[in-house]
Amino acid sequence: MSVFKCRGGISGEMPSNKSVSDAPITQFVSCRILKDHRLQWEDLWVREGKILNPEKLFFDEEGFADHKVDCGNKIIAPGFIDVQINGGYGIDFSQASGDIRRGVAQVAKKILEHGVTSFCPTLVTSPPDIYHKVIPELRVQDGGPEGAGILGIHLEGPFISEQKRGAHPPKFLRTFKAGGVADLMETYGHLDNVALVTLAPELANSAAAIRELSGRGIVVSLGHSMADLSQAEEAVQNGAIFITHLFNAMLPFHHRDPGIVGLLTSDRIPPGRMVYYGMIADGIHTHPAALRIAHRAHPAGLVLVTDAVTAMGLPPGQHSLGQQQIDIQGLHAYVAGTTTLSGSIATMDMCVRHFREVSGCTVEAALEAASLHPAQLLGVSNRKGTLEFGTDADFIVLDDTLTVRETYIAGQQVWRK
Amino acid sequence: MRLVILDDYDLASEWAAKYIRNRIVQFKPTADRYFTLGLPTGSTPLGCYRKLIEYHKNGDLSFKYVKTFNMDEYVGLPRDHPESYHSYMWNNFFKHIDIEPQNTHILDGNASDLQAECAAFEQQITAAGGIELFVGGIGPDGHIAFNEPGSSLVSRTRVKTLAKDTIVANARFFGNDLSKVPTMTLTVGVGTVMDAREVMILITGAHKAFALYKAIEEGVNHMWTVSAFQQHPRTIFVCDEDATLELRVKTVKYFKGTISTKILSSNFFSTLIIIKNMLLEHQISIFE
Repeated sequence: MSVFKCRGGISGEMPSNKSVSDAPITQFVSCRILKDHRLQWEDLWVREGKILNPEKLFFDEEGFADHKVDCGNKIIAPGFIDVQINGGYGIDFSQASGDIRRGVAQVAKKILEHGVTSFCPTLVTSPPDIYHKVIPELRVQDGGPEGAGILGIHLEGPFISEQKRGAHPPKFLRTFKAGGVADLMETYGHLDNVALVTLAPELANSAAAIRELSGRGIVVSLGHSMADLSQAEEAVQNGAIFITHLFNAMLPFHHRDPGIVGLLTSDRIPPGRMVYYGMIADGIHTHPAALRIAHRAHPAGLVLVTDAVTAMGLPPGQHSLGQQQIDIQGLHAYVAGTTTLSGSIATMDMCVRHFREVSGCTVEAALEAASLHPAQLLGVSNRKGTLEFGTDADFIVLDDTLTVRETYIAGQQVWRK
Repeated sequence: MRLVILDDYDLASEWAAKYIRNRIVQFKPTADRYFTLGLPTGSTPLGCYRKLIEYHKNGDLSFKYVKTFNMDEYVGLPRDHPESYHSYMWNNFFKHIDIEPQNTHILDGNASDLQAECAAFEQQITAAGGIELFVGGIGPDGHIAFNEPGSSLVSRTRVKTLAKDTIVANARFFGNDLSKVPTMTLTVGVGTVMDAREVMILITGAHKAFALYKAIEEGVNHMWTVSAFQQHPRTIFVCDEDATLELRVKTVKYFKGTISTKILSSNFFSTLIIIKNMLLEHQISIFE
């Protein structure tokens, strides 16, 4: 990758191209960019941390690039967005021990290597005092050289099903008492900085909670649940739009009652709305054939998530997650002493590659499942998850094997291989 | 006029692009002496633009000291509409080459005072020293730029209403919805193009054949405005075989340079040989 300053030297004085802004303009050339759902041989222009429209620059400002960066024919894609990540590199977001912000920042920096430019730190089922302490600490913030940006917290629990709790500690599970709202505030304390909440809709009085959360712009996700399809559809009517790690921690698909999985092809989704679903494409949590069935049934809703745990990035052995102990064996992470899976240790770029390989989907579809779709889910696709003009210049440079080579946030290189 | 006939569209595009390249290179433009180029839009010149981009990428051609003037632009179409001529020029040409933005000139179809915009365009051409080479195309109705049938042959840059034929022809770019096609344009006049020191018209495809016939084998006529170039001292028509389908065989052969005098001489000699052989035969039979 070579950087060279273009123009200026040979002919002497260059006329100023600064009519809208004095900020330098960078043009990435010799690259294929993901635009309009296709990889196209186009240059990418960046100014002041945003993707710039070169045609407008040419005709309106009569401007030109200050720096050109040769991308060596690689792929430029929007930065990945991970909406479910519990920790990593020894950090557990649900452990309120020590400086929680520093712990999150450590992980935020490391995941730049996986091409993740924005994420939602996830808290598993925890006692109220943990929520009260941690939620105000993890603020929504822009990314940069220090690490990936935080789009909001993902609260996975505690309003989930006892039978489908997976690795969540049973003693901290809760149900809704009278009015769902009071329970939410009592449990969580604050809802600022929260982007998603996973809950089980079959719990009594959940409807009010779902409506309250959706009304605040928080994504309600169905997961760790025993709900049948009609309960799931009712939750969607009330505002739920996401499914937490499809197939895992829910009733299996049955041809006479498809359960939550049936939402993928449900005809009772309100018009104009779409249900998205998270998939852990680590090759362990979901059989490739099941991944393919889901993808083919509803390709536009597929959102790749890592559900990465504390041990991601660490060597094999025992580690803590939430209030429990987990055991790492190779690429598997189990609740210590059981065969229950406890989150994954695959990285986002590994998930993208695996998804592409087993589903046979296009490179564009695999990249969008980790960028555009999570951005659409969170309602931020007007500034994240795409390379449209005017959006934040958070992007990654990949080679043809979909290995991340460089990561950029706001047009600035924040990591290179 | 010169009529250059190539076998197919690609060869015609290449010939035209090479001609433009050679003219610019031989002109040796500098910061004090720009090469001024008039440019068309539409499907015909796409191959030519592709070749010019190729020559630029090979390092054989720079547009640093080239000023361009486009022929026309729709009125009322947003500048960033995918069918505007600004978009066309950006996507098909400008973004691939090293031309400076301030050296490109395209009429602004959204100007508040369209007449003033047209007058200003004429002034910009004059200020640039006039057009060295104006490249154009021809419509199926024989128009140059948007000088529709009936346009004055001494016209200047102005607002024109489009003919029905042209609107129908353009509908394919607007989802085949006639109501979405702009009905007015700003266009250089026939006189504006005639002022250029050299004119090159690209014509390819059988659907342009009749227009080419009217333009060069019939008289100068404001119903076929390209015919005006019969009175220009330096015009080249570049076309493919299909575009010549309505021309006389004699015209095509003349410009292809394939009128052969060898046929006459070989007939003469073979006649001589036959006579000589007949005489020999006769002599032999006489002697026998």
